[in-house]
Amino acid sequence: MKDTDTIAAIASGMTSSGVSVIRISGPEALGVGQKVFRQKKRDGFSELPMERTASHTIHYGYVVQDDEPIDEVLLLIMRAPRSFTAEDTVEVQCHGGAFVTRRVLQAVLAAGARLAEPGEFSKRAFLNGRIDLSQAEAVADVIQAKNRLALKNSVKQLRGSVLHKVKELRDRILDEVSFIEAALDDPEHIEIEGFAEKLEKENQENLQEIQRLLASAEHGRYLSQGIRTVILGKPNVGKSSLMNAFVGAERAIVTDIAGTTRDTLTEEISLGEISLQVVDTAGIRSSDDAVERIGISLAKKEASEADLILYVADASVPWDENDEQIVPLLQGKKVLALLNKSDLEARITEDELRDRLKPAVCDASFLSVSVKAPEDCRKIEQKIKDMFFQGELAENDEIFITAERHREALQNAAGSLREVERSIAAGMPEDFFSIDLLHSYQELGYIIGEEMDEDLVNNIFKKFCMGK
Amino acid sequence: MIPEFINEAYDVAVIGAGHAGCEAALASARLGQKTIVFMVSTDTIALMPCNPNIGGTSKGHLVRELDALGGEMAKNIDKTFIQSKMLNESKGPAVHSLRAQADKQKYSNAMRKVMENTENLTLKQAEVAEILWEPSEDGKKQVTGVKTVSGGVYPAKCVILCSGVYLNSRCIFGEVSQETGPNGLPRATHLSDSLRAAGLELYRFKTGTPARIDKRSIDFSKMEEQFGDAKLVPFSFTNRAEDIAREQQSCWLAYTNENTHRIIRENIHRSPLFSGEIQGTGPRYCPSIEDKVVRFADKERHQIFIEPEGDYTNEMYLSGMSSSLPEEVQIRMYRTIPGMEHANVVRNAYAIEYDCLNPTQLKHSLEAKEIHGFFSAGQANGSSGYEEAAAQGIIAGINAARRLQGKEALVLDRSQAYIGVLIDDLVIKETHEPYRMMTSRAEYRLLLRQDNADLRLTEIGYEVGLISEERYEKLLEKKKRIKEEQRRVASVLFGASGEIQRFLREHDSQELRTGTSLEELIRRPELNYEMLAPMDPERPELPPDVTEQVEINIKYEGYLKRQEQQVAHFKKLENRRIPETIDYAEIPSLRLEARQKLSQLRPASVGQASRISGVSPADISVLLVYLESRQRRKE
Repeated sequence: MKDTDTIAAIASGMTSSGVSVIRISGPEALGVGQKVFRQKKRDGFSELPMERTASHTIHYGYVVQDDEPIDEVLLLIMRAPRSFTAEDTVEVQCHGGAFVTRRVLQAVLAAGARLAEPGEFSKRAFLNGRIDLSQAEAVADVIQAKNRLALKNSVKQLRGSVLHKVKELRDRILDEVSFIEAALDDPEHIEIEGFAEKLEKENQENLQEIQRLLASAEHGRYLSQGIRTVILGKPNVGKSSLMNAFVGAERAIVTDIAGTTRDTLTEEISLGEISLQVVDTAGIRSSDDAVERIGISLAKKEASEADLILYVADASVPWDENDEQIVPLLQGKKVLALLNKSDLEARITEDELRDRLKPAVCDASFLSVSVKAPEDCRKIEQKIKDMFFQGELAENDEIFITAERHREALQNAAGSLREVERSIAAGMPEDFFSIDLLHSYQELGYIIGEEMDEDLVNNIFKKFCMGK
Repeated sequence: MIPEFINEAYDVAVIGAGHAGCEAALASARLGQKTIVFMVSTDTIALMPCNPNIGGTSKGHLVRELDALGGEMAKNIDKTFIQSKMLNESKGPAVHSLRAQADKQKYSNAMRKVMENTENLTLKQAEVAEILWEPSEDGKKQVTGVKTVSGGVYPAKCVILCSGVYLNSRCIFGEVSQETGPNGLPRATHLSDSLRAAGLELYRFKTGTPARIDKRSIDFSKMEEQFGDAKLVPFSFTNRAEDIAREQQSCWLAYTNENTHRIIRENIHRSPLFSGEIQGTGPRYCPSIEDKVVRFADKERHQIFIEPEGDYTNEMYLSGMSSSLPEEVQIRMYRTIPGMEHANVVRNAYAIEYDCLNPTQLKHSLEAKEIHGFFSAGQANGSSGYEEAAAQGIIAGINAARRLQGKEALVLDRSQAYIGVLIDDLVIKETHEPYRMMTSRAEYRLLLRQDNADLRLTEIGYEVGLISEERYEKLLEKKKRIKEEQRRVASVLFGASGEIQRFLREHDSQELRTGTSLEELIRRPELNYEMLAPMDPERPELPPDVTEQVEINIKYEGYLKRQEQQVAHFKKLENRRIPETIDYAEIPSLRLEARQKLSQLRPASVGQASRISGVSPADISVLLVYLESRQRRKE
């Protein structure tokens, strides 16, 4: 295998930050490090004799190429197997500018390392038994984490909290199966009479546990991918202003002429700890304009796929048939209704709006704001957090399932436990329970890498999109 | 040194004529190979030295599978049983198991008759002392024949070891140790050394048997009588119930009590199992009575089944009470059982220790990995039980013949048969105790039922050449009838009319609100195919084995489908072959233990590799990645 060569990549992500990290891993990592690094001594620069340098030490100096210093850096040495990849590893911390970072990387590559393929470091860590599948996936999530909470959760998954929960569940299910099987093979000594009732109760609890994990998967998705948010409202109520207030830049065209936003715009917005994927839509009203109609149908489509709808109404304008047209789009959705321009004279009140939205049977919250006021933006942010995370998310110890594969496995596991439920209810003989219990056990095993799925390994590595 | 003499050459030499040896020899001879079978005595062919029955939980499955492949055991027990019973009828169809009490002497004689009259088969009473082999071109070994204690050399292209519990065996009870095989028969004293010299690793296992009691000394009025089934199910798919009808004998159920347990506890230090006199590993799943008393200390009583050994004798077998306590303690112990106060012990219980192969040295074909042409089956492979032995015997016999015919070995996988589970466990899982078949070992048991063994395996038996054209045609006809009847019941429709509603009311089944099919009504737990006959005037006359399949397929459709999905998933890793030339040292990411185990066991597929203890799922993913990249490099 080609895993025996030495690879390097920028390990800190491509966005600008104060410090960048270039990681070098493989049998020649120390040699490459020695070639590019010059130690700063009182009397000038000198090579650091890596072979004689202790593991897990940090050294100050410069990265050079053709004797030209490129950047002032810190160099970390981690010998196999005590490194992320379990191979000899050198990490270079340089200044964070994209240009400098690239030049340091080039120097490293010129010294004999090969540019790592996406996911290759994790792949090596995984292959060398440093991390299991669940952890490997979490590494991918760390890379892709869009905000602080998601990062925290990925780190937690890395530490194995998913592992622990799923293991507990599997142990319980295995106990149940073992009992049934033992009773089948040794009916004289193991009494199965009355077991179905006991199993029914335990099974119920296991199902609830999986449901909790699945609910956390929803949260996990909001965390890792952001809350998909669509702004709806009739023309000229302040939708684009709201979006601009979030983004902090004039992106959407804001004019006083109704119907100027004709397309949808997607913007990713971090509101403190949460991130929103905001889709701004055309104002909705009965329109004869063909272009505008396309915008409206797009808005409808976006609305149907949204996690959250920010419905903006203008407090200074009375309710009309254009508002009426929006109500069906809110059907069954999580809605935050913003009564904008509340600083002007009110023509519609929060209570009236509440009544108007009743037919939509949605999960609606209400807020009177002026979207142009910065403090109102923070009010909106807090409200959204309350709606999605019951406000306690940041502090509690819940774990979140973030990988889609895990969610699927959990769903399958829950499905099998429901089959067990049905079998018990139908009064089937106990040996039938094992079929679905074991399936559930297996599905849970995929999450923590205790069961092997043929396609799994390759799929996971495909997820890694950069050189971590 | 006894002078050698060279005999006629054979294609296949079988060592031993117990349950494995008989099936191996018959399969080989019937497939056209010139076969010789060696035994300690021609009077002990297919001897049942322990329990007097064939079948039982999961073992019954093995016997029916054996029959579907063209084996003899099922037919032989059908000829000679004195009681027959379908076990676990209150449970699901997957765990129904057939068990028959045999007349031991008739069983042995009937098998002897078949053996003696099979073409291509030669019987020879002699103790085999040596396996003969020579180095082969690939650096391994090639078997060339066997040699008897009297110096007779029998050249053979294949040798099948079916030595049962006779290798260096020792019978032990209390302080007494006798160097014999079971029942006082002579043991094989030389063969173990020859096997070791051929590079094979041996284990030392132990098993045991209970006492036999004179029927006249038992008061059966203090015991529960256990009758055979009125409705007989033959073991062999070639027999119908009416073909095997006969008067049946009863068994009897009794229990141990606190006195029994006290005597055992007081004398436990005299049991060679506990004193350390016996070194061999015993079966956890077939424990002696002293084992049970120690292990289930809080149990107030244990079951004993008192079973007739046959019409020819008054001896009764005490199932559940095997022991190696001293004879005098045994007598006191047995006499604590109500009804056995005056029991006359004809033969005392004893434990037996013996050599067997470490079966992981075998391939799934049961051929040794390092000795071409050398096969091994039965208790010699560390299994326990007549049925487990016979099942391996037929596979070894078939594969010896196929080797000589240049055909690919027959390997059944875990989703095809209990036989597949048995052999896979033996050669992959490194069991360090006598291996007993159990339903829990079969992951896909709802598909591997005893009632459909013919549907699963007859075709394979036919392709192998042990199933006749006529029997194969019958099988195809049966399959067709099942399919047609299933289609028909799906198309018989009921409106919510008066007649069907009355019928449903009478059977405590919910009345119809809309129209439905006969299939849906069969599916209802409180109804079945048979009950619905009056509502189904167009029903064709069908044999019970056809309607049974129709019923099971309908009633358990959801479960069957889910189990089939599980099998499809299992097959994915099972079909992922590992090239024979793989060098595990080349995969540095494998953990050391996994690398050693894989190099040693050399599994043929990733699925097999995943079942080796010491190989973790992480190792398997490493292996998968390695195979994938190796594949890609080639493309």
